[in-house]
Amino acid sequence: MIAELGLAALWMAAALAALQLAAGFLAARQDDAEIAILVRPAAVVQGVLCAFAFAMLVWLFARTDLSVKLVAMNSHSDKPLVFKLAGAWGNHEGSMLLWVTVMSAAGALIALVERRLPDRTMQATLAAQGFVALGFYAFLLFSSNPFERLPIPALEGNGLNPLLQDIGLAFHPPTLYLGYVGLSVAFSFAVGALLTRQVTPDFARAMRPWVLGAWIFLTVGITAGSYWAYYELGWGGWWFWDPVENASLMPWLAATALLHSASVLAARDALRAWTIMLGVVAFSMSMVGTFLVRSGILTSVHAFAVDPERGTFILVLLAIYIGGALAVFGLRAGSVAEGGKFEAVSREGALVINNVLLSAILGVVLLGTLYPLLTEAMGVRVSVGPPYFDPVGAIFVVPMLLVMLVGPLLRWRQDRLARVRRSAIIGMVAVLAGLLLAIALGAGVLPTLGIALGAGLAVASVLPLKGRRLRRVPLATRGMVTAHLGIAVALLGMASESAFSEERLAAIKVGQQASVGPWQVTLAAVDPVAGPNWTALEGVMLASYDGGAPIELHPQARSFWSPPQETTESALATRWNGQLYAVLGKAADGERWQVRLWWKPFVTLIWYGGLLVALGGLLALLGRVRDDLRRRYVTRKAAERREAAA
Amino acid sequence: MNDKTARRPKAKHQRLALVVLAIVALVAAAVIATWALRNQASYFYVPSQIVKDPPAPGRAVRLGGMVEKGSIVTENDGVTINFVVGDGDARVPVRYSGIVPDLFIEDSGVVAEGRMQANGTFLADKLLAKHDENYVPRELQAMTAAQKKAAVAETTQ
Repeated sequence: MIAELGLAALWMAAALAALQLAAGFLAARQDDAEIAILVRPAAVVQGVLCAFAFAMLVWLFARTDLSVKLVAMNSHSDKPLVFKLAGAWGNHEGSMLLWVTVMSAAGALIALVERRLPDRTMQATLAAQGFVALGFYAFLLFSSNPFERLPIPALEGNGLNPLLQDIGLAFHPPTLYLGYVGLSVAFSFAVGALLTRQVTPDFARAMRPWVLGAWIFLTVGITAGSYWAYYELGWGGWWFWDPVENASLMPWLAATALLHSASVLAARDALRAWTIMLGVVAFSMSMVGTFLVRSGILTSVHAFAVDPERGTFILVLLAIYIGGALAVFGLRAGSVAEGGKFEAVSREGALVINNVLLSAILGVVLLGTLYPLLTEAMGVRVSVGPPYFDPVGAIFVVPMLLVMLVGPLLRWRQDRLARVRRSAIIGMVAVLAGLLLAIALGAGVLPTLGIALGAGLAVASVLPLKGRRLRRVPLATRGMVTAHLGIAVALLGMASESAFSEERLAAIKVGQQASVGPWQVTLAAVDPVAGPNWTALEGVMLASYDGGAPIELHPQARSFWSPPQETTESALATRWNGQLYAVLGKAADGERWQVRLWWKPFVTLIWYGGLLVALGGLLALLGRVRDDLRRRYVTRKAAERREAAA
Repeated sequence: MNDKTARRPKAKHQRLALVVLAIVALVAAAVIATWALRNQASYFYVPSQIVKDPPAPGRAVRLGGMVEKGSIVTENDGVTINFVVGDGDARVPVRYSGIVPDLFIEDSGVVAEGRMQANGTFLADKLLAKHDENYVPRELQAMTAAQKKAAVAETTQ
């Protein structure tokens, strides 16, 4: 019954999306259409229905209703409750339902709160949102029905992939989806503005909180995903240039560019067509990411060709939305009047360079991700990894970081480099100091560049606050400073991890010692332990930093039984200046155990930096929303006063 | 070009300048990326390809095949293993230091990431084996399918 309720809600939501599309389209075409009053309520009710359908699915997983195919395939009655719930979106169908739920909730929210744009632009925006949602409803209902029943209920479920049974990962996909789907709103705003030729600063201001929100979630999602890969896979790496990782990085790059060009449009009414284009590109990257992850194409191009239905469906949706949006763009971009002018040396000029370089980096990552798929389709198997991404990415990242040193100090419209000379010199001194330090410590080429630019940016990022009273600095500016500082911090962490990590691999008996960097690690015992759905061998290690008091570590080699799989649980000892990373391997022979130890100086800066970037976004978002509320309050008061006077 | 157009080109053609800048940067990115991909993409080899046409020593490649029965030998340090990867036609000795994946066993598929050495041994940095029933590295999946095909061809003729 619960499953049928969920399915019915999903069908009704799809019908409302169709209504929203039709009504919004008609209303956007002629001004006085009575049907216009339907658009906003349709968006709101659609959001509620979709949320209801998703709640039904979570309920089915909570009860482990094994008559539902999806539950039987992906859950197990022995699982802890939190992972039962997370199982609702830890699979293809459930995660697509989550996608649509977040999307329709976002549509409901803009229908409820957005009052700044002209009515017709708003109708066109909601029509575009309905159009995008409709495609995903069709995808769910026709090829990925999460509520499908089994003819005979299963006796027991298959369980959830043990690698995914981790509290961090349970909330990783929803975070990324909030980011992906937030960009769908930016896309709808862009299409709406284009259709009604209202590419104005108001459009940028309406779109910006959504881009910021999406960008914050993407930042948090990427940071958390990187940390998960770091401690869960047991390989000691934090970024593998895996296509799944790239699938989340590409929308982030596009959203970062969009965020910066939207501020130019909002503040200076320039870069109109460019901002629209980035809105389309950013959502395209979300779709490409979804396609890569959800189509099965990554396992093998051939596997995709064997079971093509879902992948083809997403590919067709991708082609319709992106092709459609680009066609509208091509037809209308010429009629979008050119915006405000600016000199090459100006805040706008620096942001243009930022945008162009970010787009270039995006192109590099996209090509590197798609290249193996293209060649495999032609029969040659290739894998592309760090030897490609690191140096080729650096070609564009380095000039971008150099522009970041001075860009935020420049004035809008027109400026002279001579005016920011002192600040630029301070930044360059920091770059040189970092460069000398890195060379003295013997870092490689890329880490040396990372340390130099990280040091320079760390100093330069706070210079916009120089000579201003901190309490009077707008929240948005504080957000920018925090985010740029976060980039510097993360960069220093990446460079330090790559240049100064030490590794030790040894087979030792219980009671013996191994050392790595400043750490001495004693293997005190290896004991069997058991969890709710796994058993493990647990090592007890006593790690002492530079002869200090020992810290106890418990790395495990776990065996899950449903589905049968083994995972490595690394153990970490965190200090202010880095992390010790310990993995327990197999029994080498009768008495010895394999252990793998890493000392990674300042590795935690990578994720602290990522969180700082997200915090910067949050500050900017709060600042924008507060300004917006204040403006609304003022206009309402003014209107009331006028009424009272009349 | 006369004086009039030369004096204020920026104001007049700013949009054009931006478009050109963007296109130049994107084309540069595409050219550099394509060039780097052709040179640096690590190619996937099976043992008979390695024997026939070996990659340059030191170049990052992937080697996929079956771990030969009885070939895994652990050295005295307890963490370095030597084994042979074969595909029925050719055999390549592989050396690896580290913790092996759980399903790395003899007579089963493996993908080794690493580089050939001058002495003809493949030095692996990382081994990928079947993780579980559902997840198989993409090279291995095709590998076993190809072998199935070969087996069918052998038995039917």
